[in-house]
Parts: sequence; C-alpha cells; structure tokens
Amino acid sequence: MTDSLRIIGRDDLPDNKLPEELGEKDLLEIFRSMVVLRVFDERAVALQRQGRLGTYALYWGEEATQAGPLYACSERDWIFPSYRQNAIGILRAVPASTIFAWWRGYGGREGFYNVREHRVGPICVPIATHLPHAVGVSWASKLRGERDASLVWFGDGATSEGDFHEAMNFAGVFKTPTIFFCVNNQWAISTPVHKQTALKVLADKAAAYGMPGIRVDGFDPIACWKATHDALERARAGGGPSFIEAYCYRLGAHGTADDPRLYRNEAEAANWKRLEPLARTSAYLKRIAVLDDDLESELFVDAKKSIASAVAEMEALEHPSLETLFDQVYASRTPWTFEESLRELQSVERPPEVKPLGAQPGPPSTGDADAPVGPS
Amino acid sequence: MVEGLNLALDQAMAADDRVLVMGEDVARTGGVFRVTAGLLDKYGDDRVIDTPLAEAGIVGTAIGMAVYGLLPVIEIQFDTFVYPGFEQIVVHAARYAWRTRGEVPASIVVRIPFGGGVRAPELHSDSPEALFAHVPGLKVVCPSTPEDARDMLLAAIEHPDPVIFMEPKRIYRAGRQDFPEEPPFDISSADGVTTDYLSKARIARSGHDLALISYGATVPACMEAAERLSSERGVDARVVDLRSLYPLDVDTLVDAATACGRAVVVHEAPRTAGLGAEVSSLIHERAMLDLEAPVGRVTGFDVPFPQFINEDDYIPSVDRILAGCNKVLDW
Repeated sequence: MTDSLRIIGRDDLPDNKLPEELGEKDLLEIFRSMVVLRVFDERAVALQRQGRLGTYALYWGEEATQAGPLYACSERDWIFPSYRQNAIGILRAVPASTIFAWWRGYGGREGFYNVREHRVGPICVPIATHLPHAVGVSWASKLRGERDASLVWFGDGATSEGDFHEAMNFAGVFKTPTIFFCVNNQWAISTPVHKQTALKVLADKAAAYGMPGIRVDGFDPIACWKATHDALERARAGGGPSFIEAYCYRLGAHGTADDPRLYRNEAEAANWKRLEPLARTSAYLKRIAVLDDDLESELFVDAKKSIASAVAEMEALEHPSLETLFDQVYASRTPWTFEESLRELQSVERPPEVKPLGAQPGPPSTGDADAPVGPS
Repeated sequence: MVEGLNLALDQAMAADDRVLVMGEDVARTGGVFRVTAGLLDKYGDDRVIDTPLAEAGIVGTAIGMAVYGLLPVIEIQFDTFVYPGFEQIVVHAARYAWRTRGEVPASIVVRIPFGGGVRAPELHSDSPEALFAHVPGLKVVCPSTPEDARDMLLAAIEHPDPVIFMEPKRIYRAGRQDFPEEPPFDISSADGVTTDYLSKARIARSGHDLALISYGATVPACMEAAERLSSERGVDARVVDLRSLYPLDVDTLVDAATACGRAVVVHEAPRTAGLGAEVSSLIHERAMLDLEAPVGRVTGFDVPFPQFINEDDYIPSVDRILAGCNKVLDW
C-alpha cells in the first residue's frame, strides 16, 4: 500500500502534506459526515439484530471512501451508490428514515426517494449495473453543455462484471465526466480479490480504457477526497473520466446474514482494523489541532440524536396499503390489469403484517456492532 | 414502414431537443436497415450517435441519459442482439419509475427489428417480444403498417415509460401507404395522449364469423388468409392487429371473440408461453359462453429459429393460417 496516495500517516509512515484547498471547516465536515455514516451503520446493524430491519449490508470501516469523495463533489454532481453506500443519500438531504424504511422492506414514498431531486441514484442492488447509468448522466450533461459530473461507487468484485467494462469503455470513448470510484475492500462475500483478477493493482485497469487510474489509501478520507477532487477538475476541464481504486479491507461481514469466519482468517481482519478510518482520522485531526475530545463527543451526540429520530420516524410508518403494490410501476396511466388484480386482493382477507425475520445465527457482523466506537 | 419510422424520428427530433438516437451503425450508415438515414446530417453527432458494440452499455447509458432528462431512442441492430442488454432493460429500465416514487421513469425507446424472412444468418431472426411483455414496468408495442409505425414511434418517444418497440423487419419495405404527414398529436404537449397510441388494437378488417388476431409481420398474412376464407368458404373474418402487446387491448379482443364466436391467434414467436397463450386465456376467461369453439393458435414452433433454408417452413404461412382457421371453423 506504500504506492497509494495517502495523506494521513499510519504505523511508521508520517503524515503527508495536507492539500491546500482543505481548511479546518472542510476537514471537520468530512469527519462529521463519517460520524453520521458510522452512527447510521451501527444503528442499522443493531436494528437488524433486534428484528426491526431486514438483512442489512453494512459498510463499517468504509466511511472514508464515502465521505471523502462526496465532499469533493459539487451539489450539482450526480452520485450513484451501490448497496454498500446505501446511506450516502442522507448526506444529500435524503431523510435517514427513508433509508431505514428501505431496509425495513418499504417501497413507494416511504422507502424510495426522487433521484433527480437529490442527484443520488437509487441504491443499486445488482453488481456494476449502475455504472452505465452514471456514464449516461454525465454524458447527457456534456451533450447539453452543462458541467455536471457523476461519481459511481462499486466494489472490487464489480470489476469482473461486463457492465464495468462497457461503462468504462463508453466513458473513455465519449470522454464523459465520470468518476469511477472502486472500493477495493478485497472481498466479494467470500471471494478474495485475487480470484477476481490476475492484476495486482485494480487501478491498472484504467489504462485499457484510455483513462488515468490511481490507487489511494481507502482508510484515509483526505486521500479519497484529493483523488476525487483532482479527477473532477480534470473531468470539468474536458479531460474525461478517471478511475480511482480505494484500497482498504472489508472489516465487517458482507451483510448481516454472512459469517466471514467460514472463509477468512479473522486475525488478518483484526490487523487491518488498526487502520479503521474513524479512529485514524480522529487521531490525525487532533494531531493537527482541528478536533478535540469535546467537539468529537458533540458530533457523535448530534449524529446519534438525528439517527434516533429517523428510527422513530421509520417505526411510526403505517403498514402499506394494498394499493402500494400497484402504485408507481408506470409513470403513465396504469394498465387495466392492475385494477383487476387489486379487486382480487380486496376480495379476500389480508395476510398478517410481514415483519423482518430478525436476528440470525452467527457472530456479530462487526466486532463493534453492539459497542459503538467513539464517545457515547 | 422504414420511411414511416424515419419520419417519426425526424419529427420528434425537430420538435423536441431532448430526443436523441443512438446505437450501432445508426449515424453514418443510417442503420443497417436505414431507419435512421439522413438524421446525422440534419441533427449532428451529438444527437445521432454511433456507439461501441455493446448492448448493455447502450441500454445502460441511455437509462442514465433519461434520468438526466433526455429522451434517448436506441436501436438494437437485430432481435437477438438485445440479449446482452436484457438485464439493463429488466432490472433497471423497467423499474426506475417504481424505484423513484414514479417521478423518474426511464423514458427510453428500445427499437428492435425482429423476426425472420430476410434470409439472414443464425441469430438474426428471433421474436423475443413475449420475454418483454412478461416484465412489469415495460410497454411493448409492434406496428404493422407504415402509418402506425410513424404514429406509434412518435408516441413511444414522448411517452414517459420505457417502450420496447418491436419492428417487424420482414415488412419493413412491404408496401407503401399514404397518410397525412402531419404528426397525429401536438408533440410539444403530448402528455396523456401517448398512452392512447400504445394501448389500443386496430381492426384491420371487419367481419363477424371468425376473429383472426395477430401483430407485426403476420398481420398481412392474416389479411390474405381472410380474403381467401371469404372467397373459398364465404367466411367473413375480422382481423385484429394487436399493436400493443403489453398491455393487451382486452375490450377489442373480447368484442371480436364475442361477435364472431370463433378466434385464432397468429404469431411467429414460439408457441409455449407466447402472446397467443395470453390472448387465448383472456378470451376464454371473458367470453367462453359466446364461443363456438376453443381459441386456436397458429405460431412458430418451440425450436430455435431455423437456418434460413428452412425459414419459410417455420414462419406461419397463409396456408397454415387457413388450416388453423378451418380447424376452428369445423370444430
């Protein structure tokens, strides 16, 4: 990892020079975003354990790869999350209750958001299929003479999919202002990255598409910001797309139904955990006198308060009506078959309300699911 | 029909600057069937775009463009070439409205020249329409006349939901039809009107003894069969051109079956789980007591579309349609 772009020091490596563009306010905002994401994630895991959410895909330890790049974007830039960045919308004014509701099994107005309003793509469940959408959005922007770029997150496993290739290729050919942000956490459920590709460094894939590729320390939010910032400047100047590989490690399970002890050595995970981004960024910001214990506590308290109220909002949602099944499938007039289907449903007794399955056997999905890091 | 489609694209692009055309060989060549001929010179390479050879990329980037607010019309060069783009159509195009509170539908048109009869090599002759009619969130349509091709494509482009636009390539150049060149509706305020053009069947021939129900390239064959039924048996067949494959125009279908008491569905796609099964089922559910005989089907077979030396054996011929009709008439 010594060849990665890195700002924050680790082990015996010193801090590198802070990018000039980042002031105290910026650093605190990036850290605050990481705290919000962390609190959401830990709360979601706990809610799943309590049977209040369905199976949840956690991102514990990947906050730097989300908060850093997002802060580099302007509000007009479009972002496209995979399920691993499921809560990123809350940093773009999507109510956290909506994301919780999505994981609670709601659709409609409760579980989905208007992607155009927030410029945040839907939480993408299939792997790599949202990459072409990010290309299309930024391509359209370019064709219309606008300056809006797009950023899309995906994992190391996604680089094996055909849609990854097609999206990267289109972006390269048409020089679209697209940032491909690959979170290489080294695991796709149980498959290690060396079984996804014979390449040693994923960033080297960029060369095949005629775009620059860079590897950054994925546990360093400032490095993630810097690489994205530079790529966006280049994109806005007409230089086309970039590929960023954020090299890190999946510290938790793939999801709440996964047990990594079945396929990997957890001692290795524990070793990587020394670099987890919240503690590391906190220590750095304290080192450069941007953060102190009181302010850090305050950020956690605020985040916990807002996430708690989002949970309350989600839990106050009513069981959706039968009509919900048929709402919004089409933007135009509803096909006649829907009325007939609704009448059929209304003619019989409704099944009991569906609840999430609740706690599943297995270890905690992260060592920290029930014992949040940071001041309580 | 090619000219009708070209006219629709031209009129839509002239009236609405959100409309653009993309696909393999659509710009400089004007498409392998020349449906997009002349558009590049008129609208430039920002709106008529030759893409890399990658259908998932074409459909996927078009979805992104639609999310941004454009109205992409994409050409799939031949029917089976849509299969690499199938996932994008099914998991994203069809679901974007549902996934965004109905507020951001993937407003794309996927044009697919389909079917056999053009003496093409393997995998240039499939009829995959039933695969799409089975996917919630899509509209699936198929014109069989030049006028419908123009009107329906224009409607599909301005329609908010994604439309799979099946083009029967065997009758691309089957004949001329005079129709008013003026668009049938005001393109700049098409809201609400477009659904009418994408949901109604057409009575191609009136009659009261037998309903012949079809779409696309087998409609002309049904018309010929109807003439022969009239002259050979004195049977007056009504020919219904479905036009919309999803949703089906159930009222027109049931009216025809009720009025005639006998019905035969004809399509080139394989029989099992084809559109004919759905049409037959709807008629039996709603008009069984008016039927004199079970609904018949004349279709392609449950085999790969043959190499072209055999394709006329596979495609429903007028003789096969007549035989199917006689079976229902003599039941």
